[in-house]
Amino acid sequence: MNKEKAVPPLVEMQGITKAFAGVTANREIDFDVLSGEVHALLGENGAGKSTLMNILYGLYRPDAGHIFIKGTPYTFMSPKDAIAAGIGMVHQHFMLVPSQTVWENMILGLEDLPYILPRNEIREKIRNISSQYGLEVDPDAKIWQLSIGEQQRVAILQMLFRKAKVLILDEPTAVLTPQESLNLFKTIQQMTAEGHGIVFISHKLDEVLSLSDRITVLRKGEKTGTVQTSHTSKEELAEFMMGRKIAFTINKRSQAPGESVLKAEKISILNDRGITAVRNLSLSIREREILGLAGIAGNGQHELCEALVGLRPVESGHIIMNNKELENQTPKSFISSGMRYIPADRKGTGLVPNMDIKENSILKKYWKKPVARGLLINWKVVFKQAIDLVKKYSVSTPSVETPVKNLSGGNLQKLMLGRELSDAPKALVAVHPTWGLDVAATHFVRQQILHERDRGTAILLVSEDLEELLSLSDRLAVIFKGEIMGIFDNPGEATPEKIGLMMAGTPLQFLLKEV
Amino acid sequence: MKYFRVEKRLSTPGWFAVAIPLLAISLALLSGGIFLYFLGVSPLQAYSSMFKASLGDAYGFTETIVKAIPLSIAGVAVTLSFKMLIWNIGAEGQIFMGALATAAAVRYAFVDQPFIMFWIMFAAAACAGGIWAAFAGYLKARWNVNEIITTLMLNYIAIHLVDFFVYGPWRDPASLGFPMTAPFPDAARLPLYGNTRVHLGFLIAIVFAMLFWAILKWTRWGYEIRVIGENPRAASFAGINYLQNVLIIMFISGALAGLAGMCEIAGLQGRLQHGFSAGFGYTAIIVAWLSRLNPLAVLLVSFLIGAMLVGGETLQIVMRLPLSSILVLQGLLLFFVLGGEFFRKYRVRLVSRGDN
Repeated sequence: MNKEKAVPPLVEMQGITKAFAGVTANREIDFDVLSGEVHALLGENGAGKSTLMNILYGLYRPDAGHIFIKGTPYTFMSPKDAIAAGIGMVHQHFMLVPSQTVWENMILGLEDLPYILPRNEIREKIRNISSQYGLEVDPDAKIWQLSIGEQQRVAILQMLFRKAKVLILDEPTAVLTPQESLNLFKTIQQMTAEGHGIVFISHKLDEVLSLSDRITVLRKGEKTGTVQTSHTSKEELAEFMMGRKIAFTINKRSQAPGESVLKAEKISILNDRGITAVRNLSLSIREREILGLAGIAGNGQHELCEALVGLRPVESGHIIMNNKELENQTPKSFISSGMRYIPADRKGTGLVPNMDIKENSILKKYWKKPVARGLLINWKVVFKQAIDLVKKYSVSTPSVETPVKNLSGGNLQKLMLGRELSDAPKALVAVHPTWGLDVAATHFVRQQILHERDRGTAILLVSEDLEELLSLSDRLAVIFKGEIMGIFDNPGEATPEKIGLMMAGTPLQFLLKEV
Repeated sequence: MKYFRVEKRLSTPGWFAVAIPLLAISLALLSGGIFLYFLGVSPLQAYSSMFKASLGDAYGFTETIVKAIPLSIAGVAVTLSFKMLIWNIGAEGQIFMGALATAAAVRYAFVDQPFIMFWIMFAAAACAGGIWAAFAGYLKARWNVNEIITTLMLNYIAIHLVDFFVYGPWRDPASLGFPMTAPFPDAARLPLYGNTRVHLGFLIAIVFAMLFWAILKWTRWGYEIRVIGENPRAASFAGINYLQNVLIIMFISGALAGLAGMCEIAGLQGRLQHGFSAGFGYTAIIVAWLSRLNPLAVLLVSFLIGAMLVGGETLQIVMRLPLSSILVLQGLLLFFVLGGEFFRKYRVRLVSRGDN
């Protein structure tokens, strides 16, 4: 043991703090990587994993804290410095030039190459590294011809080509098929055997448990712990990720739910890459009811929500709203049937950043009276309604003619919420409605959602915040790989342990049997 | 150590909208003056003769308007598509198709009734230009084919198609071999204003600019176009049909450009001939940008560019400067005006290394 202590870790980060516009993304985080280990970095979306690693890769500079490489302090001004210090990162979106060949991408950005490129030497070197680490790839293939898995191999090769000692893999399996993932794991084992250190960013518990030597968990920008993989369990990690205490109290009246409003019957949905993301899923939400949907990001929630609001076609099955089949109809017919949507991506999907509040307030009703007057839009009415909306949902803004891009996250969300709820919807799909909001705005949004439920709306609430799900939901479903693992009719029965296991793929029936 | 850093502006001060173009024009005149000086021409004399020729008397003024007509109609055309982030750079080809259809209408569907003939030509030119552009629009909306490439390529096809007819079957036997059709009969000519060369296209240009300005600002459809242009994802979220709107906007954009072609040959030249458009479709792109995609501003900007074209011609004749030197002056103006846009969005600060 003493001998090991004498060898400084490949990377040591001490007390890293980084804030963006007042939001602390990392708070005094310590993190290190040893030679020959896989150190997993685990946490929900927005927990600060990517920020921490982007700091290590020189993309961001920390507000406070130090980085040591093999015991020597370093300050990285750019990724170039980090690469020179032996750190490589493979992003989720590969930084490759699609129209160029593999070998051309290898030497991209390398300095001190001879004027006449030693092509054959480069190809030879690529082949050597390829066979050493099991990263099969044709050096003369063009990037666009390669599958996503192959492109990832090129991105890893690129880092090894630059003699990276430490490799950061940002959710590498998110884009891979199971088979490709297995190949990647073999490569990772090969690399650690050669003395490389691997940082493996993920939010998939199974993967992390089977692959890593140590696990560091981040939650809301803070480190909740570093554990030896052999000494931990799924349950413990789930707790670390989601937090245990449910401190938030909220006034929730009990309601007797009414008729079923929104039903999905055995729907299957493809993701953007044409792979089945949701399989034969059925659910039903009644009047005056909030159905919570828990699950680790990327298990089909996004596709499910888009299909439920008409933005994504379903391959099979039915989406029924008030006894009307709506699947594969236009988004407008969903809107006209009373479906409203609060997307996770506020500025990207829900709002038009360069347009002002008044213009954004009519996105879902610009074709309806009194906003529409024949073919025209009655801007006077819009102006008045926008002022009422801003008041009712306490959006703080200098005027309703302020571009939406100038509003803070909380005000953006209040505005969108106000717009979506303003004309008495029948059903609402809300995704991460309080993501990134401060305590007061969070409270306001949750109250509004509950109020809407009391008014009669059927609500699907998708969240990664267990505390939110448990305090708002009337029933709670857990999704894994596009299938529902089970539904708690009484969220009181749902413990973080049970939910954690279901999020990792154990159906509820099995849990009940075990007890 | 101090160095310059470029930062994005959070907001643009209001007075920038006036100050930046003024500064840009002054700098362009200044550097253009240096250029003229080295050509051995007095810059002051050159500028004043340019000004006099284009705006100094009634004749120059009307000539400027004549040049501004196709520029502003085509300028509104590309503005509409640009507003929706569809980069229709095919106005030139659509102008040629509109002109071709006009000539075809005169040849095969002639009615000796100016009013009826006008609407026949109008419909023919609008449909030809519109279909030409909508074809590229369909490829874009349906299969995401890059419209910049398709509209550009369609330009060459349209230009050569016109050449085919004016060099071939439609050539006027009395033209002494020049590639042009026979002159149009009077009923197929647009009326002129008084004793000038300004034709009905002037009114058409103003009507369209005002009409589409109002449509963008006041109508539901205009709202849809703006939402698609600003955020296509939000547009589909609001239930706006992308394919349909791309087709419609490209059709209208092409139809307007086609009408610019009709005005040019039925209003001004009175016949279809080889190379009848002096790159108006391309200049219209510049007009649209300088107008910051505001149809009303298109009128003003086309007038200014028209003045520059007329002034440039005079410089050619009076000062004996080659055409290319005129193009240099125009290039300088565009360089400074478009370059000035950068400072509306960014600012440059002198900072010390290590600061944030």
